[in-house]
Amino acid sequence: MEKEKNPGLVQFRGVMKRFGDVLAVEKTDLDIPEGSLVTLLGPSGCGKTTLLRMVAGLETPTEGDIYIKGNRINDVPIHKRNLGMIFQNYALFPHKTIFDNVAFGLKYRNIPKDQIKEKVSRALEMVRLPGVENRMPSQLSGGQQQRIALARAIVIEPDVLLMDEPLSALDENLREEMRLEIDNIQRMLGVTSIFVTHDQREALSMSDKIVVMEGGRKQQEGGPEEVYNNPANHFVADFLGHSNFVDGVIQSRDGDGYRVKLEDGNELMAEGGDWREGDAVEVVVRAQKLDIVPRDSHQTDDAVNCFFGKIKERSYMGGEVSYFVELENGTVLHVIGIVKTKPFRRGDPVAVTAPPRHCKLLRKES
Amino acid sequence: MKRLSGWSLIKIYTVLIYVWMFTPIVAVVLLSFNSQQFGSFPMEGLSFRWYVKLSQNASILDAFKNSLVLGSLTSIMTTAIAIPAAMAFVRYDFIGKEALNTLLLAPIMIPEVVLGVALLIFIRWLQQPKSFALLLIGHVVLTLPYVLLVVQARLVGIKRVYEEAAQTLGASPLQTFWAVTFPLLAPAIFAGMLFSFTISFDDVTATLFWATAQNQTVPVKIFGMLRDSISPEINALGAVMIFLTVSLPLAAGYISRRFARGSGA
Repeated sequence: MEKEKNPGLVQFRGVMKRFGDVLAVEKTDLDIPEGSLVTLLGPSGCGKTTLLRMVAGLETPTEGDIYIKGNRINDVPIHKRNLGMIFQNYALFPHKTIFDNVAFGLKYRNIPKDQIKEKVSRALEMVRLPGVENRMPSQLSGGQQQRIALARAIVIEPDVLLMDEPLSALDENLREEMRLEIDNIQRMLGVTSIFVTHDQREALSMSDKIVVMEGGRKQQEGGPEEVYNNPANHFVADFLGHSNFVDGVIQSRDGDGYRVKLEDGNELMAEGGDWREGDAVEVVVRAQKLDIVPRDSHQTDDAVNCFFGKIKERSYMGGEVSYFVELENGTVLHVIGIVKTKPFRRGDPVAVTAPPRHCKLLRKES
Repeated sequence: MKRLSGWSLIKIYTVLIYVWMFTPIVAVVLLSFNSQQFGSFPMEGLSFRWYVKLSQNASILDAFKNSLVLGSLTSIMTTAIAIPAAMAFVRYDFIGKEALNTLLLAPIMIPEVVLGVALLIFIRWLQQPKSFALLLIGHVVLTLPYVLLVVQARLVGIKRVYEEAAQTLGASPLQTFWAVTFPLLAPAIFAGMLFSFTISFDDVTATLFWATAQNQTVPVKIFGMLRDSISPEINALGAVMIFLTVSLPLAAGYISRRFARGSGA
C-alpha cells in the first residue's frame, strides 16, 4: 500500500518579505504537496525568487512562517535544512573537479568514502554524464554543467529540490532537452520540487501545479490546464498565452451563456461564471481559439460571434501564422491560425468567429 | 623611409622613457662589479670583491636578516587581518562600515613621514620604548591598505552564489569559507602577501622613524651608509635588493599562473 502523500510538505503561512521600503512578497499562503513539482511563474520582480530563497534560508521572511514536513524552519540555518538547490548560472565550484562538486554535500553528512564514490557515480549516470569525475567544470558545456548541478543537488537526497530559473542560461534547443531531463528525474525520484521561471512554456509543460505571481502577490494557483483555460484575472490571462481583451457590459442571460454588449458596439455570446445584468466585464479570448476563414467562403451571416475584417499584420511562424485582424469598427484582434492550405496575406478580407465557450468573462478591474 | 608615423614616434618616446628610468639602476648593478674603489665608466676591471666584502659585513647581514623576518611577519599578520576585514566589508552590512573602511585605507593617503611621526608620538604617549614590535605594527598599518584592496577586489569578483550553493549543500558558514571562498581567494591572498612583503622590505621613510640601532632594515642601513661615504659595497647591496624585489613578484606571478592553470579556472 502506498504511503499517503503529505499535501503540504512545504507550507507558507502568511509569509511576507520586505527589503527596506520595498515589499517583495505580500502575505502569502501556499502548500507544496509531497512529490509534486510546483512552479512559481511570473515576470521578473514578481517575488517568485524571493519566495524560493526564503525556503532555502538565503532570505529571512519579514513576517510569517515556513514549514517543511511540519517543522517550522524560519530559524533553522541554511546548512541544516537538507535542501538541494539549482541556480541559474550553475554555480559549480570552479576550483573543484566534477567529483568533488557532486560529492560536496555528502562530505558534510558523515558518509563513508566508498559510499560517496558510489553515490556520485550513480548520480552522474542519472544525469547521463558518467565518467566525467575528473574533469573541471570549465571543461564542460553550459548544459552539461547544469546537469552536474542537478546531480550535485539530488545526490544528497534532499527533502525539497529548489530550482531558480535553471534553464534560462541555456540555448533554446538545449533548454527543451534539459527541461525533459529535469522532468524525468523529478518524477523518477519523486522529490518535492519548487521551480521558479518566467517562461510559461516551461511552467505549463512540467508542472503539477502553477502559482502565477505578480507584484509580490499570488494571482492564481492551479493545474496547468486550469490556469491556462480559466484565468482568474486579467494579469493571468495576459501573461499566459496570447489573449484578446474587450470590455463590455452584461446584457442578458441566454441559456448557459450571456449576451454581452461590447464597448466597440458589437454583441457577443460568452459562457461561464455567474453574472447579473449590467455587470461590467472583460471578455477574454485566446488568439488560438478564434477561427479565421476567408470572407467569401463564410456563408451564414447569422452565425454567433462572427466578425468581419481585414488582415492588418501577419507573421509566419512555420506551423502557424499570427494575424492581426482589423474589424470594420476598428477593433484589432490577434488570431493565431494553423496553416492548412495557404496563409492569408495582408489586406485579405476575412471572417473571424469566436466560439462562445472560449469567450471567458472576467470582472472588469478598475 | 617615407614618413615617420605617429606610432613610431610613440615607440621612440617610450624607449627613451625606459632608458631614462632604468639607466641609474643598470649603473648601480654594473658598478657593483667594478674592481676599483671609486667607480667611473668605463669600468677598469670585473670583480666580485664588493659582494665578498658585503657577505663579511656583520651589520649588513644583520640588517638583512631583520628585513627578511620583518617582511615575512608583516605579510603574514597583514593578510591575517585583511581577509576577515575584506569579508566583513564585502559580504556583510554593519553600521560604520564606510567609515571603518576609509580608516583602514587611510595610510595610503597619509604621507609616510606623518605616519612615522604619528606612531612615534603614540608610542611615547603609551610610554613604551621603540622596539621590534613597534616596527612590526607600523609595517602592518603601512601595508594593510594594499592587501585589503587586493583581497576585496577579488572577493567582489567571487559570486556569492558559490557560497550559497555550498551552504544549501550542508556546509556551515565557516566550512563554506574554507572549502569555497578561501581557495577562490587564494591567488589574491598570495599576491597581497607578496605586496606586503615587498613594501615592507623596501620602505625607508617611515622605517627611519621606527627602527632602533638593533632593528635596522636594509634600506635604512643603506641610507645610513650613504650619509658617511659612497662605498661600492652599497652598489653591491643595492644590486642584491633590486634582484630580490624584482624577482619575487615575477616568481609569484609565474607560480600563480601555474596554480590557475592547474585548477582550470
